Amino acid sequence: MTNVRRVARYGALLLITAVFVTPLVWMLLTSLKTYEDAQQDPPSWLPHPFSTYGFDQILGNTANPVLRWFLNSMLAASLHTLLVLVTASMAAYALARLRFRGRKVSFALIVGTLFLPPTSLIIPNFVIADRLGWIDTLTVIVVPGAASAFGVFFLRQFFLSIPAELEEAAVLDGANHWQVFSQVLLPLSKPALATLAVLSFLTNWNDFLWPVYVLFSPERLTLPAGLGLLQGAYVTDYPVIMAGAVLASVPVLILFVLAQRHIIQGVSRSGLKG
Amino acid sequence: MADVIEVGAARGDAPPPAGRNRRRGATERGHRATPYLFLAPYLVLFLVFGLAPILFGIWISLHQWDLQLPNRPFIGLENYRDLFSSDSADYADWWSSVRATAIFTVLSVPLLVVVPLGLALLLNEKFPGRTFFRAAFFAPYVLGVAVIGLLWRFLLDANLGLINRLLGAVGLPADTPWVTDVPWAWVSLVGVTVWWTCGFNAVIYLAGLQDIPAELYEAARVDGATAWDRFRHVTLPGLRPVLLFVLTTTILASANVFGQSFLITQGAPGEQTRTVVWRIVDEGLRNYDVGQASAMSVLFALLLAVVSIVNFRLFRYRED
Repeated sequence: MTNVRRVARYGALLLITAVFVTPLVWMLLTSLKTYEDAQQDPPSWLPHPFSTYGFDQILGNTANPVLRWFLNSMLAASLHTLLVLVTASMAAYALARLRFRGRKVSFALIVGTLFLPPTSLIIPNFVIADRLGWIDTLTVIVVPGAASAFGVFFLRQFFLSIPAELEEAAVLDGANHWQVFSQVLLPLSKPALATLAVLSFLTNWNDFLWPVYVLFSPERLTLPAGLGLLQGAYVTDYPVIMAGAVLASVPVLILFVLAQRHIIQGVSRSGLKG
Repeated sequence: MADVIEVGAARGDAPPPAGRNRRRGATERGHRATPYLFLAPYLVLFLVFGLAPILFGIWISLHQWDLQLPNRPFIGLENYRDLFSSDSADYADWWSSVRATAIFTVLSVPLLVVVPLGLALLLNEKFPGRTFFRAAFFAPYVLGVAVIGLLWRFLLDANLGLINRLLGAVGLPADTPWVTDVPWAWVSLVGVTVWWTCGFNAVIYLAGLQDIPAELYEAARVDGATAWDRFRHVTLPGLRPVLLFVLTTTILASANVFGQSFLITQGAPGEQTRTVVWRIVDEGLRNYDVGQASAMSVLFALLLAVVSIVNFRLFRYRED
Protein backbone atom coordinates (compact mmCIF):
# COMPACT_ATOMS: atom_id res chain seq x y z
CA MET A 1 0.00 0.00 0.00
CA THR A 2 2.65 2.52 1.00
CA ASN A 3 4.66 1.52 -2.06
CA VAL A 4 1.69 2.16 -4.33
CA ARG A 5 1.21 5.53 -2.68
CA ARG A 6 4.87 6.36 -3.05
CA VAL A 7 4.85 5.55 -6.75
CA ALA A 8 1.65 7.54 -7.23
CA ARG A 9 3.18 10.50 -5.43
CA TYR A 10 6.36 10.50 -7.49
CA GLY A 11 4.33 10.02 -10.66
CA ALA A 12 2.21 13.05 -9.85
CA LEU A 13 5.22 15.12 -8.85
CA LEU A 14 7.13 14.28 -12.02
CA LEU A 15 4.12 15.12 -14.16
CA ILE A 16 3.69 18.48 -12.44
CA THR A 17 7.41 19.16 -12.73
CA ALA A 18 7.15 18.53 -16.47
CA VAL A 19 4.38 21.12 -16.72
CA PHE A 20 6.52 23.71 -14.96
CA VAL A 21 9.82 22.95 -16.59
CA THR A 22 8.98 21.97 -20.19
CA PRO A 23 8.20 25.54 -21.34
CA LEU A 24 11.56 26.69 -19.98
CA VAL A 25 13.37 23.86 -21.72
CA TRP A 26 11.51 24.68 -24.93
CA MET A 27 12.66 28.30 -24.64
CA LEU A 28 16.28 27.19 -24.35
CA LEU A 29 16.04 24.64 -27.19
CA THR A 30 14.33 27.13 -29.52
CA SER A 31 17.03 29.71 -28.86
CA LEU A 32 19.53 27.21 -30.27
CA LYS A 33 17.60 26.57 -33.50
CA THR A 34 17.80 28.17 -36.93
CA TYR A 35 14.83 30.14 -38.22
CA GLU A 36 13.78 27.33 -40.57
CA ASP A 37 14.20 24.71 -37.87
CA ALA A 38 11.83 26.59 -35.54
CA GLN A 39 9.18 26.77 -38.28
CA GLN A 40 9.03 23.00 -38.79
CA ASP A 41 5.76 21.16 -38.36
CA PRO A 42 5.74 18.83 -36.53
CA PRO A 43 8.44 20.51 -34.45
CA SER A 44 11.59 18.71 -33.52
CA TRP A 45 12.49 18.82 -29.85
CA LEU A 46 16.23 19.03 -30.31
CA PRO A 47 17.73 21.73 -32.53
CA HIS A 48 18.81 20.26 -35.82
CA PRO A 49 21.46 21.48 -36.24
CA PHE A 50 22.43 23.25 -33.01
CA SER A 51 22.84 26.84 -34.08
CA THR A 52 23.99 30.11 -32.60
CA TYR A 53 21.78 31.98 -35.08
CA GLY A 54 19.49 33.48 -32.41
CA PHE A 55 22.33 34.65 -30.19
CA ASP A 56 24.33 35.96 -33.17
CA GLN A 57 21.33 38.04 -34.16
CA ILE A 58 20.85 39.66 -30.76
CA LEU A 59 24.47 40.12 -29.81
CA GLY A 60 25.61 41.80 -32.98
CA ASN A 61 22.50 43.95 -33.21
CA THR A 62 22.89 47.73 -33.38
CA ALA A 63 19.18 48.56 -33.74
CA ASN A 64 18.39 46.49 -30.66
CA PRO A 65 21.52 46.59 -28.47
CA VAL A 66 20.61 43.59 -26.35
CA LEU A 67 24.03 43.30 -24.74
CA ARG A 68 23.80 46.91 -23.66
CA TRP A 69 20.35 46.24 -22.16
CA PHE A 70 21.81 43.31 -20.29
CA LEU A 71 24.56 45.49 -18.81
CA ASN A 72 22.07 48.26 -17.98
CA SER A 73 19.90 45.76 -16.11
CA MET A 74 22.89 44.30 -14.31
CA LEU A 75 24.10 47.72 -13.19
CA ALA A 76 20.64 48.97 -12.20
CA ALA A 77 19.73 45.84 -10.25
CA SER A 78 23.10 45.82 -8.43
CA LEU A 79 22.92 49.49 -7.46
CA HIS A 80 19.29 49.12 -6.45
CA THR A 81 20.14 46.15 -4.23
CA LEU A 82 22.98 48.08 -2.59
CA LEU A 83 20.72 51.07 -1.97
CA VAL A 84 18.01 48.89 -0.43
CA LEU A 85 20.48 47.07 1.83
CA VAL A 86 22.07 50.25 3.18
CA THR A 87 18.93 52.33 3.68
CA ALA A 88 16.63 49.55 4.88
CA SER A 89 19.11 48.09 7.38
CA MET A 90 19.86 51.48 8.92
CA ALA A 91 16.19 52.36 9.18
CA ALA A 92 15.35 48.93 10.56
CA TYR A 93 18.04 49.35 13.23
CA ALA A 94 16.52 52.62 14.35
CA LEU A 95 13.03 51.14 14.40
CA ALA A 96 14.02 47.93 16.17
CA ARG A 97 16.60 49.14 18.67
CA LEU A 98 16.43 52.88 19.25
CA ARG A 99 13.87 54.92 21.10
CA PHE A 100 12.88 58.22 19.62
CA ARG A 101 9.95 60.51 19.20
CA GLY A 102 7.84 59.55 16.20
CA ARG A 103 9.02 55.96 16.08
CA LYS A 104 5.56 54.42 16.25
CA VAL A 105 4.08 56.84 13.78
CA SER A 106 6.84 56.36 11.23
CA PHE A 107 6.67 52.58 11.55
CA ALA A 108 2.88 52.61 11.13
CA LEU A 109 3.15 54.80 8.04
CA ILE A 110 5.84 52.60 6.51
CA VAL A 111 3.93 49.38 7.17
CA GLY A 112 0.70 50.99 5.97
CA THR A 113 2.14 51.41 2.47
CA LEU A 114 2.82 47.65 2.33
CA PHE A 115 -0.88 47.18 1.64
CA LEU A 116 -0.95 49.68 -1.17
CA PRO A 117 -0.69 48.24 -4.68
CA PRO A 118 2.56 49.70 -6.09
CA THR A 119 0.89 50.34 -9.45
CA SER A 120 -1.32 52.96 -7.81
CA LEU A 121 1.73 55.21 -7.32
CA ILE A 122 3.02 55.01 -10.87
CA ILE A 123 1.43 58.17 -12.22
CA PRO A 124 2.48 60.54 -9.40
CA ASN A 125 5.90 58.89 -9.24
CA PHE A 126 6.35 59.52 -12.95
CA VAL A 127 5.52 63.19 -12.47
CA ILE A 128 7.94 63.39 -9.51
CA ALA A 129 10.71 61.62 -11.42
CA ASP A 130 10.06 63.94 -14.34
CA ARG A 131 10.50 67.02 -12.13
CA LEU A 132 13.75 65.60 -10.81
CA GLY A 133 14.93 65.17 -14.40
CA TRP A 134 15.27 61.42 -13.95
CA ILE A 135 13.12 60.17 -16.81
CA ASP A 136 15.07 58.09 -19.32
CA THR A 137 18.05 57.67 -16.97
CA LEU A 138 19.41 54.76 -14.96
CA THR A 139 18.56 56.60 -11.73
CA VAL A 140 14.84 56.22 -12.30
CA ILE A 141 15.27 52.44 -12.41
CA VAL A 142 17.53 52.32 -9.35
CA VAL A 143 16.05 54.74 -6.82
CA PRO A 144 12.23 55.01 -6.59
CA GLY A 145 11.69 51.28 -6.03
CA ALA A 146 13.92 51.46 -2.94
CA ALA A 147 11.10 53.32 -1.16
CA SER A 148 9.34 49.97 -0.82
CA ALA A 149 8.49 49.21 2.79
CA PHE A 150 9.24 45.52 2.46
CA GLY A 151 12.98 45.66 3.23
CA VAL A 152 12.59 47.82 6.33
CA PHE A 153 9.76 45.68 7.64
CA PHE A 154 11.56 42.43 6.88
CA LEU A 155 14.84 43.48 8.54
CA ARG A 156 13.14 45.06 11.54
CA GLN A 157 11.37 41.77 12.26
CA PHE A 158 14.67 39.94 11.92
CA PHE A 159 16.55 42.37 14.19
CA LEU A 160 13.84 42.00 16.83
CA SER A 161 14.37 38.24 16.79
CA ILE A 162 18.06 38.65 17.69
CA PRO A 163 18.71 38.90 21.45
CA ALA A 164 20.15 42.28 22.37
CA GLU A 165 22.76 40.89 24.81
CA LEU A 166 25.64 40.93 22.35
CA GLU A 167 24.92 44.52 21.49
CA GLU A 168 24.76 45.42 25.17
CA ALA A 169 28.12 43.76 25.70
CA ALA A 170 29.56 45.82 22.84
CA VAL A 171 28.19 48.98 24.44
CA LEU A 172 29.88 47.97 27.69
CA ASP A 173 33.11 47.85 25.74
CA GLY A 174 32.51 51.42 24.68
CA ALA A 175 31.03 50.94 21.22
CA ASN A 176 28.77 53.64 19.80
CA HIS A 177 25.56 53.02 17.83
CA TRP A 178 27.26 52.96 14.49
CA GLN A 179 29.77 50.38 15.72
CA VAL A 180 27.07 48.28 17.35
CA PHE A 181 25.07 48.38 14.15
CA SER A 182 27.84 47.71 11.68
CA GLN A 183 30.09 45.41 13.70
CA VAL A 184 27.65 43.45 15.84
CA LEU A 185 24.15 43.49 14.43
CA LEU A 186 24.88 43.32 10.69
CA PRO A 187 27.25 40.32 10.91
CA LEU A 188 24.58 38.50 12.94
CA SER A 189 22.02 39.32 10.25
CA LYS A 190 23.85 37.92 7.24
CA PRO A 191 21.12 35.41 6.32
CA ALA A 192 18.39 38.06 6.37
CA LEU A 193 20.56 40.51 4.45
CA ALA A 194 21.31 37.86 1.83
CA THR A 195 17.62 37.09 1.47
CA LEU A 196 16.74 40.75 1.06
CA ALA A 197 19.59 41.23 -1.41
CA VAL A 198 18.46 38.35 -3.60
CA LEU A 199 14.81 39.39 -3.53
CA SER A 200 15.66 43.03 -4.30
CA PHE A 201 17.87 42.02 -7.20
CA LEU A 202 15.21 39.71 -8.63
CA THR A 203 12.46 42.31 -8.33
CA ASN A 204 14.50 45.01 -9.98
CA TRP A 205 15.92 42.76 -12.70
CA ASN A 206 12.45 41.53 -13.63
CA ASP A 207 10.59 44.81 -13.37
CA PHE A 208 8.70 45.48 -16.58
CA LEU A 209 5.93 48.07 -16.37
CA TRP A 210 8.01 50.94 -14.95
CA PRO A 211 11.00 50.64 -17.33
CA VAL A 212 8.68 50.30 -20.34
CA TYR A 213 7.13 53.67 -19.56
CA VAL A 214 10.06 55.67 -18.13
CA LEU A 215 12.84 54.71 -20.54
CA PHE A 216 12.81 55.76 -24.17
CA SER A 217 16.31 55.80 -25.66
CA PRO A 218 17.21 52.42 -27.16
CA GLU A 219 20.63 52.43 -25.51
CA ARG A 220 19.17 53.10 -22.06
CA LEU A 221 16.59 50.31 -21.84
CA THR A 222 16.74 47.52 -19.33
CA LEU A 223 16.56 43.99 -20.71
CA PRO A 224 12.86 43.33 -19.91
CA ALA A 225 11.82 46.64 -21.49
CA GLY A 226 13.99 45.83 -24.51
CA LEU A 227 12.53 42.36 -24.91
CA GLY A 228 9.20 43.95 -25.83
CA LEU A 229 10.94 45.75 -28.70
CA LEU A 230 12.61 42.55 -29.76
CA GLN A 231 9.22 40.88 -30.05
CA GLY A 232 8.00 43.78 -32.19
CA ALA A 233 11.07 43.65 -34.44
CA TYR A 234 11.31 39.88 -34.93
CA VAL A 235 7.60 38.90 -34.77
CA THR A 236 7.80 35.17 -35.54
CA ASP A 237 11.57 34.79 -35.70
CA TYR A 238 11.36 32.85 -32.47
CA PRO A 239 14.97 31.69 -32.10
CA VAL A 240 16.02 35.35 -31.82
CA ILE A 241 13.23 36.27 -29.39
CA MET A 242 13.90 33.17 -27.28
CA ALA A 243 17.63 33.96 -27.23
CA GLY A 244 16.71 37.32 -25.68
CA ALA A 245 14.45 35.59 -23.17
CA VAL A 246 17.22 33.13 -22.28
CA LEU A 247 19.64 36.00 -21.73
CA ALA A 248 17.16 37.61 -19.33
CA SER A 249 16.57 34.30 -17.54
CA VAL A 250 20.11 33.04 -17.03
CA PRO A 251 21.21 35.46 -14.28
CA VAL A 252 18.07 34.96 -12.20
CA LEU A 253 18.05 31.21 -12.68
CA ILE A 254 21.70 31.04 -11.57
CA LEU A 255 20.81 33.22 -8.60
CA PHE A 256 17.87 30.94 -7.85
CA VAL A 257 20.01 27.81 -7.91
CA LEU A 258 22.69 29.39 -5.71
CA ALA A 259 20.37 31.16 -3.29
CA GLN A 260 17.30 28.95 -3.39
CA ARG A 261 17.16 28.65 0.35
CA HIS A 262 17.22 32.43 0.81
CA ILE A 263 14.55 33.07 -1.79
CA ILE A 264 12.20 30.41 -0.44
CA GLN A 265 12.75 31.52 3.14
CA GLY A 266 12.22 35.14 2.24
CA VAL A 267 8.98 34.36 0.46
CA SER A 268 7.62 32.14 3.19
CA ARG A 269 8.54 34.58 5.92
CA SER A 270 6.96 37.48 4.09
CA GLY A 271 3.80 35.40 3.96
CA LEU A 272 3.66 34.57 7.63
CA LYS A 273 4.50 37.97 8.93
CA GLY A 274 2.28 39.87 6.54
CA MET B 1 27.89 59.86 8.76
CA ALA B 2 29.80 57.55 11.10
CA ASP B 3 31.69 60.52 12.52
CA VAL B 4 28.57 62.42 13.35
CA ILE B 5 27.12 59.48 15.19
CA GLU B 6 30.33 58.81 17.08
CA VAL B 7 30.53 62.37 18.27
CA GLY B 8 26.84 62.31 19.11
CA ALA B 9 27.05 59.10 21.06
CA ALA B 10 30.04 60.32 23.03
CA ARG B 11 28.31 63.54 23.95
CA GLY B 12 25.13 61.85 25.03
CA ASP B 13 27.09 59.88 27.57
CA ALA B 14 28.76 62.77 29.35
CA PRO B 15 29.51 61.54 32.90
CA PRO B 16 31.94 58.64 33.20
CA PRO B 17 29.98 55.38 33.31
CA ALA B 18 29.59 53.88 36.72
CA GLY B 19 27.82 50.63 36.00
CA ARG B 20 26.00 48.48 33.55
CA ASN B 21 22.57 50.04 33.96
CA ARG B 22 23.91 53.48 33.48
CA ARG B 23 25.64 52.51 30.33
CA ARG B 24 22.60 50.82 28.92
CA GLY B 25 20.45 53.80 29.71
CA ALA B 26 22.88 55.94 27.84
CA THR B 27 22.80 53.82 24.70
CA GLU B 28 19.07 53.74 24.66
CA ARG B 29 18.97 57.48 24.85
CA GLY B 30 22.10 58.02 22.81
CA HIS B 31 22.37 61.40 21.24
CA ARG B 32 19.01 62.78 20.33
CA ALA B 33 19.79 62.96 16.63
CA THR B 34 21.23 59.46 16.33
CA PRO B 35 17.98 57.57 15.60
CA TYR B 36 16.99 60.14 13.00
CA LEU B 37 20.35 59.88 11.29
CA PHE B 38 19.90 56.13 10.98
CA LEU B 39 16.39 56.62 9.67
CA ALA B 40 17.14 59.55 7.37
CA PRO B 41 18.41 57.87 4.18
CA TYR B 42 15.40 55.56 3.94
CA LEU B 43 13.01 58.23 5.15
CA VAL B 44 13.99 60.53 2.29
CA LEU B 45 13.25 57.77 -0.23
CA PHE B 46 10.04 56.86 1.53
CA LEU B 47 8.76 60.41 1.75
CA VAL B 48 9.55 61.23 -1.88
CA PHE B 49 8.53 57.98 -3.60
CA GLY B 50 6.30 56.24 -1.08
CA LEU B 51 4.24 58.75 0.88
CA ALA B 52 4.22 61.96 -1.17
CA PRO B 53 2.91 60.19 -4.31
CA ILE B 54 -0.23 59.12 -2.43
CA LEU B 55 -1.18 62.71 -1.63
CA PHE B 56 0.25 64.08 -4.86
CA GLY B 57 -1.78 61.56 -6.88
CA ILE B 58 -5.00 62.77 -5.27
CA TRP B 59 -3.95 66.37 -5.90
CA ILE B 60 -3.21 65.68 -9.59
CA SER B 61 -6.56 63.93 -9.99
CA LEU B 62 -8.36 67.15 -9.06
CA HIS B 63 -6.75 69.05 -11.93
CA GLN B 64 -6.95 69.13 -15.66
CA TRP B 65 -3.33 68.09 -15.86
CA ASP B 66 -1.74 67.37 -19.20
CA LEU B 67 2.01 66.76 -19.05
CA GLN B 68 2.50 68.72 -22.25
CA LEU B 69 0.44 71.77 -21.30
CA PRO B 70 1.66 74.54 -18.97
CA ASN B 71 -1.75 75.34 -17.45
CA ARG B 72 -3.22 72.93 -14.94
CA PRO B 73 -6.55 74.35 -13.81
CA PHE B 74 -8.26 72.94 -10.74
CA ILE B 75 -11.42 71.16 -11.83
CA GLY B 76 -12.60 69.47 -8.65
CA LEU B 77 -14.07 66.04 -9.21
CA GLU B 78 -14.58 66.37 -12.94
CA ASN B 79 -12.00 63.70 -13.80
CA TYR B 80 -13.94 61.32 -11.58
CA ARG B 81 -17.28 62.36 -13.01
CA ASP B 82 -15.96 61.62 -16.51
CA LEU B 83 -15.42 58.00 -15.53
CA PHE B 84 -19.09 57.67 -14.60
CA SER B 85 -20.81 59.63 -17.34
CA SER B 86 -21.40 57.65 -20.49
CA ASP B 87 -20.98 60.68 -22.77
CA SER B 88 -17.33 61.25 -21.83
CA ALA B 89 -14.49 60.13 -24.09
CA ASP B 90 -12.93 57.91 -21.44
CA TYR B 91 -16.04 56.13 -20.28
CA ALA B 92 -16.11 53.16 -22.67
CA ASP B 93 -12.37 52.40 -22.52
CA TRP B 94 -12.30 52.70 -18.75
CA TRP B 95 -15.20 50.36 -18.09
CA SER B 96 -13.97 47.92 -20.70
CA SER B 97 -10.68 47.73 -18.80
CA VAL B 98 -12.51 47.31 -15.50
CA ARG B 99 -14.48 44.47 -17.05
CA ALA B 100 -11.31 42.80 -18.35
CA THR B 101 -9.61 43.09 -14.97
CA ALA B 102 -12.68 41.74 -13.19
CA ILE B 103 -12.91 38.74 -15.52
CA PHE B 104 -9.23 37.97 -15.06
CA THR B 105 -9.39 38.35 -11.28
CA VAL B 106 -12.51 36.26 -10.83
CA LEU B 107 -11.08 33.45 -12.97
CA SER B 108 -7.52 33.46 -11.67
CA VAL B 109 -7.91 33.96 -7.91
CA PRO B 110 -9.77 30.71 -7.10
CA LEU B 111 -7.20 28.72 -9.07
CA LEU B 112 -4.31 30.56 -7.45
CA VAL B 113 -5.71 29.85 -4.01
CA VAL B 114 -6.57 26.18 -4.55
CA VAL B 115 -3.90 24.78 -6.91
CA PRO B 116 -0.94 25.94 -4.78
CA LEU B 117 -2.58 24.45 -1.71
CA GLY B 118 -2.68 21.11 -3.49
CA LEU B 119 0.98 21.44 -4.44
CA ALA B 120 1.91 22.37 -0.88
CA LEU B 121 0.07 19.35 0.52
CA LEU B 122 1.95 17.12 -1.93
CA LEU B 123 5.23 18.56 -0.68
CA ASN B 124 4.38 18.72 2.98
CA GLU B 125 5.79 15.36 4.07
CA LYS B 126 9.49 14.65 4.15
CA PHE B 127 10.64 12.45 1.28
CA PRO B 128 13.74 12.25 -0.92
CA GLY B 129 13.71 14.86 -3.69
CA ARG B 130 11.34 17.19 -1.92
CA THR B 131 13.62 20.22 -2.22
CA PHE B 132 14.11 19.52 -5.91
CA PHE B 133 10.38 19.43 -6.62
CA ARG B 134 9.76 22.55 -4.59
CA ALA B 135 12.44 24.34 -6.61
CA ALA B 136 10.98 23.09 -9.90
CA PHE B 137 7.51 24.35 -9.00
CA PHE B 138 8.90 27.69 -7.94
CA ALA B 139 11.27 28.17 -10.90
CA PRO B 140 8.88 30.01 -13.27
CA TYR B 141 8.24 32.61 -10.61
CA VAL B 142 11.85 33.84 -10.55
CA LEU B 143 11.54 34.80 -14.21
CA GLY B 144 10.09 38.18 -15.01
CA VAL B 145 6.84 38.83 -16.79
CA ALA B 146 8.76 39.93 -19.90
CA VAL B 147 10.35 36.50 -20.26
CA ILE B 148 7.13 34.70 -19.41
CA GLY B 149 5.16 36.86 -21.81
CA LEU B 150 7.47 36.30 -24.76
CA LEU B 151 7.76 32.61 -24.05
CA TRP B 152 4.00 32.03 -23.86
CA ARG B 153 3.22 34.27 -26.80
CA PHE B 154 5.39 31.79 -28.70
CA LEU B 155 4.01 28.62 -27.08
CA LEU B 156 0.43 29.80 -27.70
CA ASP B 157 1.03 31.01 -31.26
CA ALA B 158 -1.85 29.51 -33.27
CA ASN B 159 0.39 28.21 -36.06
CA LEU B 160 3.91 27.81 -34.72
CA GLY B 161 3.17 27.30 -31.05
CA LEU B 162 3.99 24.14 -29.17
CA ILE B 163 0.55 23.97 -27.52
CA ASN B 164 -1.46 23.68 -30.71
CA ARG B 165 1.07 21.28 -32.20
CA LEU B 166 0.93 19.03 -29.16
CA LEU B 167 -2.87 19.14 -29.26
CA GLY B 168 -2.78 18.30 -32.96
CA ALA B 169 -0.42 15.41 -32.33
CA VAL B 170 -2.96 13.74 -30.05
CA GLY B 171 -5.83 14.37 -32.46
CA LEU B 172 -7.37 17.42 -30.82
CA PRO B 173 -8.17 20.65 -32.70
CA ALA B 174 -4.85 22.28 -33.58
CA ASP B 175 -6.05 25.71 -34.63
CA THR B 176 -7.31 27.28 -31.38
CA PRO B 177 -6.71 31.06 -31.47
CA TRP B 178 -5.23 31.15 -27.96
CA VAL B 179 -4.10 34.75 -28.01
CA THR B 180 -6.37 36.44 -30.52
CA ASP B 181 -9.94 35.53 -29.59
CA VAL B 182 -12.10 35.15 -26.51
CA PRO B 183 -12.74 33.05 -24.54
CA TRP B 184 -9.36 31.48 -25.42
CA ALA B 185 -7.46 34.65 -24.58
CA TRP B 186 -8.82 34.46 -21.04
CA VAL B 187 -7.89 30.80 -20.74
CA SER B 188 -4.38 31.71 -21.88
CA LEU B 189 -3.94 34.68 -19.56
CA VAL B 190 -5.28 32.82 -16.55
CA GLY B 191 -3.42 29.61 -17.38
CA VAL B 192 -0.10 31.36 -17.86
CA THR B 193 -0.54 33.31 -14.64
CA VAL B 194 -1.33 30.16 -12.67
CA TRP B 195 1.70 28.44 -14.19
CA TRP B 196 3.89 31.43 -13.44
CA THR B 197 2.92 32.29 -9.86
CA CYS B 198 1.43 29.23 -8.22
CA GLY B 199 4.84 28.12 -6.94
CA PHE B 200 5.00 31.37 -4.99
CA ASN B 201 1.73 30.73 -3.18
CA ALA B 202 2.69 27.08 -2.68
CA VAL B 203 5.84 28.11 -0.80
CA ILE B 204 3.79 30.37 1.47
CA TYR B 205 1.31 27.57 2.15
CA LEU B 206 4.15 25.15 2.80
CA ALA B 207 5.57 27.40 5.50
CA GLY B 208 2.09 27.65 7.01
CA LEU B 209 1.61 23.89 6.93
CA GLN B 210 4.88 23.36 8.74
CA ASP B 211 3.73 25.65 11.53
CA ILE B 212 0.76 23.41 12.34
CA PRO B 213 1.83 21.32 15.36
CA ALA B 214 2.29 17.64 14.51
CA GLU B 215 0.54 16.71 17.79
CA LEU B 216 -2.75 17.97 16.37
CA TYR B 217 -2.50 15.46 13.53
CA GLU B 218 -1.47 12.74 15.96
CA ALA B 219 -4.43 13.46 18.19
CA ALA B 220 -6.82 13.45 15.23
CA ARG B 221 -5.38 10.12 14.08
CA VAL B 222 -5.80 8.62 17.52
CA ASP B 223 -9.44 9.73 17.41
CA GLY B 224 -9.82 7.82 14.16
CA ALA B 225 -10.10 10.84 11.84
CA THR B 226 -9.78 10.11 8.12
CA ALA B 227 -7.38 12.03 5.91
CA TRP B 228 -10.23 14.26 4.76
CA ASP B 229 -11.33 14.90 8.38
CA ARG B 230 -7.77 15.84 9.27
CA PHE B 231 -7.63 18.23 6.32
CA ARG B 232 -10.96 19.85 7.23
CA HIS B 233 -10.51 20.08 10.97
CA VAL B 234 -6.77 20.43 11.46
CA THR B 235 -5.14 21.70 8.27
CA LEU B 236 -7.69 24.29 7.12
CA PRO B 237 -8.21 25.94 10.53
CA GLY B 238 -4.45 25.93 11.10
CA LEU B 239 -3.92 27.64 7.75
CA ARG B 240 -6.55 30.32 8.26
CA PRO B 241 -4.18 33.30 8.65
CA VAL B 242 -2.06 32.06 5.75
CA LEU B 243 -5.16 31.56 3.60
CA LEU B 244 -6.25 35.08 4.34
CA PHE B 245 -2.81 36.39 3.40
CA VAL B 246 -2.70 34.37 0.18
CA LEU B 247 -6.23 35.37 -0.78
CA THR B 248 -5.63 39.07 -0.16
CA THR B 249 -2.26 39.29 -1.90
CA THR B 250 -3.50 37.18 -4.82
CA ILE B 251 -6.54 39.40 -5.37
CA LEU B 252 -4.25 42.44 -5.33
CA ALA B 253 -1.76 40.82 -7.70
CA SER B 254 -4.44 39.64 -10.12
CA ALA B 255 -6.22 43.00 -10.13
CA ASN B 256 -2.90 44.62 -11.01
CA VAL B 257 -2.28 42.36 -13.99
CA PHE B 258 -0.49 44.13 -16.81
CA GLY B 259 2.46 42.37 -18.44
CA GLN B 260 0.62 39.19 -19.39
CA SER B 261 -2.03 40.94 -21.45
CA PHE B 262 0.44 43.56 -22.72
CA LEU B 263 2.73 40.89 -24.14
CA ILE B 264 0.67 37.75 -24.70
CA THR B 265 -2.72 38.86 -26.00
CA GLN B 266 -1.60 42.46 -26.62
CA GLY B 267 -5.11 43.50 -25.63
CA ALA B 268 -6.71 41.33 -28.31
CA PRO B 269 -9.34 40.73 -29.49
CA GLY B 270 -9.93 44.43 -30.05
CA GLU B 271 -9.14 45.87 -26.64
CA GLN B 272 -11.08 43.28 -24.71
CA THR B 273 -8.11 42.03 -22.66
CA ARG B 274 -6.71 45.51 -21.93
CA THR B 275 -6.55 45.78 -18.14
CA VAL B 276 -7.05 48.67 -15.72
CA VAL B 277 -3.35 49.16 -14.98
CA TRP B 278 -2.60 49.22 -18.70
CA ARG B 279 -5.43 51.73 -19.24
CA ILE B 280 -4.06 53.94 -16.45
CA VAL B 281 -0.47 54.05 -17.64
CA ASP B 282 -1.54 54.57 -21.24
CA GLU B 283 -3.83 57.43 -20.30
CA GLY B 284 -1.17 59.06 -18.15
CA LEU B 285 2.14 58.22 -19.76
CA ARG B 286 1.22 57.80 -23.43
CA ASN B 287 -1.64 60.30 -23.76
CA TYR B 288 -0.07 62.54 -21.07
CA ASP B 289 -3.44 63.07 -19.36
CA VAL B 290 -2.11 62.43 -15.87
CA GLY B 291 -5.11 64.14 -14.28
CA GLN B 292 -7.52 61.61 -15.71
CA ALA B 293 -5.07 58.75 -15.11
CA SER B 294 -4.67 59.76 -11.46
CA ALA B 295 -8.42 59.78 -10.97
CA MET B 296 -8.53 56.24 -12.36
CA SER B 297 -5.64 55.30 -10.08
CA VAL B 298 -7.25 56.70 -6.95
CA LEU B 299 -10.58 55.06 -7.73
CA PHE B 300 -8.86 51.75 -8.39
CA ALA B 301 -6.82 51.90 -5.15
CA LEU B 302 -9.98 52.67 -3.17
CA LEU B 303 -11.80 49.78 -4.77
CA LEU B 304 -8.96 47.40 -3.91
CA ALA B 305 -8.84 48.72 -0.35
CA VAL B 306 -12.54 47.96 0.01
CA VAL B 307 -12.02 44.45 -1.38
CA SER B 308 -9.20 43.83 1.11
CA ILE B 309 -11.23 45.09 4.04
CA VAL B 310 -14.27 43.01 3.07
CA ASN B 311 -11.94 40.07 2.74
CA PHE B 312 -10.62 40.51 6.28
CA ARG B 313 -14.11 41.01 7.68
CA LEU B 314 -15.54 37.94 6.00
CA PHE B 315 -12.74 35.75 7.19
CA ARG B 316 -12.85 37.01 10.72
CA TYR B 317 -16.62 36.69 10.75
CA ARG B 318 -16.54 33.07 9.71
CA GLU B 319 -14.07 32.31 12.43
CA ASP B 320 -16.49 33.38 15.20
